[in-house]
Amino acid sequence: MQETISFHLNGNETVLKTDPSQTLLWVLRNHLNLTGTKYGCGSGFCGACTVIIDKEAVRSCSIPISDVAGKNVITIEGLAKDGKLHPVQQAFVDHDALQCGYCTPGMIMNAVALLIKNPKPAREQIVKGMEDNFCRCGAHIRIIKAIETAASKIEGGTIL
Amino acid sequence: MNPRIDEKAYTKKPFLIERRDFLKYLGGGIVILFAPLGGCHSKIAATSLPLNALPDDFNSFLHISEEGLVTCYTGKIEMGQGPIIALAQMMADELDVAFENVKMVMGDTELCPWDDGTWGSTSIREFGPEMRKAAGKAREILLQMASEKLKVPVSQLQVTNGIVTDMKDNSRSISYATLTKGKKIQKSSIGKPKVKDAKDFKVIGKPHHRVDAIQKVTGAAKYAGDYKFPGMLFARIVRPSSYGAKFISADTSEAEKIEGIRVVRDKDLVALLHENRDKVDEAIVKVKAEFLPVKLDVNDKSVTEHYLRSAKKGNITNTKGDIEEGRKIAAKITESVYYDGYVAHSPMEPHAAVATIEGDKITVWASAQTPFLVRDQVSHELGISPDMVRVIVPFVGGGFGGKGDNPQAIIAARLTKLTGKPIMVTWTREEEFFFDTLRSAALHTVKSGISKEGKITFWDFNAYYCGDRGAETIYDVNHQKTTIYDQEEGDPQVHPFATGPWRAPGNSNNTFAREMQICQMAAAAGMDQIEFRLKNLADERMIKVLKAAAEKFGYTPAKGPSHRGFGIALGTDVDTYVAVIIELRVDAKTGHVQVVRASCAQDMGMCVNPLGTLMQIEGCITMGLGYSLSEELKFEGTNMLTRNWDSYEIPKFSWVPDIDAVILDRMDQPPHGGGEPAVICMGGAIASGIFDATGALLYQMPMTPERVLQAIKKTSAQ
Repeated sequence: MQETISFHLNGNETVLKTDPSQTLLWVLRNHLNLTGTKYGCGSGFCGACTVIIDKEAVRSCSIPISDVAGKNVITIEGLAKDGKLHPVQQAFVDHDALQCGYCTPGMIMNAVALLIKNPKPAREQIVKGMEDNFCRCGAHIRIIKAIETAASKIEGGTIL
Repeated sequence: MNPRIDEKAYTKKPFLIERRDFLKYLGGGIVILFAPLGGCHSKIAATSLPLNALPDDFNSFLHISEEGLVTCYTGKIEMGQGPIIALAQMMADELDVAFENVKMVMGDTELCPWDDGTWGSTSIREFGPEMRKAAGKAREILLQMASEKLKVPVSQLQVTNGIVTDMKDNSRSISYATLTKGKKIQKSSIGKPKVKDAKDFKVIGKPHHRVDAIQKVTGAAKYAGDYKFPGMLFARIVRPSSYGAKFISADTSEAEKIEGIRVVRDKDLVALLHENRDKVDEAIVKVKAEFLPVKLDVNDKSVTEHYLRSAKKGNITNTKGDIEEGRKIAAKITESVYYDGYVAHSPMEPHAAVATIEGDKITVWASAQTPFLVRDQVSHELGISPDMVRVIVPFVGGGFGGKGDNPQAIIAARLTKLTGKPIMVTWTREEEFFFDTLRSAALHTVKSGISKEGKITFWDFNAYYCGDRGAETIYDVNHQKTTIYDQEEGDPQVHPFATGPWRAPGNSNNTFAREMQICQMAAAAGMDQIEFRLKNLADERMIKVLKAAAEKFGYTPAKGPSHRGFGIALGTDVDTYVAVIIELRVDAKTGHVQVVRASCAQDMGMCVNPLGTLMQIEGCITMGLGYSLSEELKFEGTNMLTRNWDSYEIPKFSWVPDIDAVILDRMDQPPHGGGEPAVICMGGAIASGIFDATGALLYQMPMTPERVLQAIKKTSAQ
């Protein structure tokens, strides 16, 4: 069964003819060649597949593509604008907030969504907001610092 | 240009060039061959296949192109631990070229010479020094050429950023690029090429940021599962419900009703294939499979008794004096048993591999720590020559010792051979837990005594099933013995699962048992933990490291339990000396332990990249929280019950303490490695911290809230 699904993806209108029960994760990775969004656990526990849908962080492994019809989806590939890294990306670079890098796209997307909701979060709010994104290499402290730095550099309303 | 993984090289049409023509293919310039692997063999490679014989003369090389660019080709891989940076630093320093002009080509069996794998901090410790010598050789050749061109003696030349200058006349200079233009020089590093003294380092020892960060924050960095080829199919394998079960049958008729599903059967392999991952996931649960399970009467609770029953004669790996003598002169004796469960590597990236076939030639992109082993495994499995297999390891999303066996790559290659299609095999998280080569559970029986003055009089240390790494005591004891019980060839199966190396294999278990015994003896002696250690240490390096950690932490002595929650552990790992001091809080109502801060001191010999080292220390301390506090696989017989992160808690943001570290200045020494040492201290530091906070003694890892509460209860009952 195929359906036509249209949505905004990284600023572009996207129309797909596809099986509506497929997950957003594998449609992004396999049909749209956006492989920055990672498979980590397939059950929404780890956050490696986090994308932003209508300004909310969403685990793309756990929603069918049909759910994004008419919505605005942003993946890690859609954050940098005009060749310039997003402030959260830049802060991750500046703080070396990664090692193997596999959790990084999900971390950054979750952090951006966190800053949309709360542009000037206290450290405890960052910890709480990032708690369910997993990193095995142990870049946590640097990730927290990167988010603090990004928050200090972003002016109100310009997060996305 | 950054020294990054070379995407262009990886996407080059495979097998364009024959191995023997490779040096020709590189073009002009200078090639230096070197052989860093003299006699290096390790457990991780000891899988079903014999290791390759070492190549005749070299297994790495560097190339200085006619443009003056330096490239190092190595079979080592980058999985987050940072050799892509530190090796490039070593190369840039030795050749006096800009860091930006050094490129690393890593983990490609077609482009890189043979290598036995990436683990045990060998990239820097073993590969690094030999690479420096090769660079030293290249520098010698270049200076000789410059001397002839400029007509001045070599001693009168200096090099900056790849430009050789006459020290007496700055206007006279020549670049490496000019020198190598039109040349075809091939030499080996044999002999004793001069390398720089530590005082002359310009790049080594300076903090360097990650060079792969931009690729990784933009999603551009490619991991094995990110490659895609026309006609590629996703595979799911029909799996047994318990470990080692023998395949009987699989009814795939329901699965085949899903449009586009293909079934491949080959001996005991039954795989479903589909162009969409979700569809093959949907199909696999419809397969009705029958397997004959292996019966083994053991579970996560009874595993230690099972160990004692299974253990044969131990190997005494170290002995000195006479234990009975030491026992006679002891004023107090401590006898303890320590337990530890099975632990998973749990990298964020599950095992992944994609294989393609062109004619008879197979290319596999794999998430693997051992690219050349993958090549040999695939060649063996398919009965084809290793020359017909190319393995490429792009970025790896964490390994920690768990990506050395490569079953996913072998299956991908088998399926691509059977179907003629590109095949992607990426493990689900459930498969990742199930097929992981786990860190073995462990058991220790330790007997030791102290004199009235607080000197250790004897030390009798018995380690079961965790190996001997870090087992020999670091303390100065006249009467001591270390006995290692491990599965020997011909012994019946002990572990229900595959086990394998896990970051600093066995050392976390051994260090936990040793350091907790020390904590108890210090308390029995009525002494402060650090003072007791200093009284019983003779090794100057260890003493310096402990004092450095204490100073960094701001430690003041007090007899334990001091109710401050200060925990300490120290140890050695592959000749790196490490000490960690922590402060923790115990919630007496819930048993929850929160580590608040940690100070680490490390003598690792030469430290190439202090920033990379700090990140490894942070990673070790964070990872160590997991095996110490929460990580334990639950199983019943050969059935693994833990299948995803909802039942296996790895450290999260709220767990992580403030971490600081001091790296002792040992730049004149060879590098000993920094990817693993600090992880070994966390169990002992946390256990002794809990004792210091509450007086409760923990003998079992992980120290879950339940176990902490039990121990507190036991202490207050006494």
